[in-house]
Amino acid sequence: MSSFKIFDIAGAGLSAQSVRLNTVASNLANADSVSGDPNTVYKARHPVFEAVKNAVAAQTLGANPGMRAADTAVRVRGIVESTAAPSERYEPGNPLANADGNVYSPNVNVIEEMTDMISASRAYQNNVEVMNTSKDLLLATLKLGS
Amino acid sequence: MPLNLDTYLGVSAQALKVQSQRTEVLADNLANVDTPNYKARDIDFKAALAQAGSADAPLSLTTTTPGQIGGASASGGPDISGALKYRVPLAPSLDGNTVDAQMEQAAFADNTVRYQATLTFLSSRLKNLLTAITGQ
Repeated sequence: MSSFKIFDIAGAGLSAQSVRLNTVASNLANADSVSGDPNTVYKARHPVFEAVKNAVAAQTLGANPGMRAADTAVRVRGIVESTAAPSERYEPGNPLANADGNVYSPNVNVIEEMTDMISASRAYQNNVEVMNTSKDLLLATLKLGS
Repeated sequence: MPLNLDTYLGVSAQALKVQSQRTEVLADNLANVDTPNYKARDIDFKAALAQAGSADAPLSLTTTTPGQIGGASASGGPDISGALKYRVPLAPSLDGNTVDAQMEQAAFADNTVRYQATLTFLSSRLKNLLTAITGQ
């Protein structure tokens, strides 16, 4: 039955958003992980999402698979590291400081991460609601006529 | 007089299928709310119902080579590809995504209520039939 695909789609959404929440958690946890070398200091990570076509549908439909109902879901294409420069500060007492007494802190923008977290959390909730509603509708359909 | 169940259930049976596919399309939009370059889609319900209700559309599988699987059977529902349209964005974002989560949520709620209404119609028709069969 085709309606069960909603669970795949919403499930893919949940999985993608939870990866995003994980990267936010990782970024926030490492917001103060300083290092003496700007190249090895922690870099903020962000997932990139991608719409995926259902392989079977794309294969059998040929001509215009992009415009088929419900043949897509979402997946995490990859995780990119922010290229923003890490901030440098003078802290000679820090055991991680380099020869000049400088340490480098990660390019994590905590405010950005918090807003990202809210956005991911809302999107996750949306997908949960979609799943719940679809489940209720399917159960109601099963009870049809009784 | 023999009873044709398809005729008896009327347009509701077709409508239920189209509404269930619309649920999928809207779920898709909500799942891709943060995907760069994803374009939100929706089903033109009137066109989809007309297409699903036309005599040969729902079940005919046009196959050109032996062993080929027809399009309509892939999802198990009627082929409504012609009625699937891209949504016109009100405020497209810079990453090329045109999903408006609030609008999709509203459309999803709307579709849910319509689905439940169709279910109620179908259910009452089946109950009528049962009453006629049992004669009570």
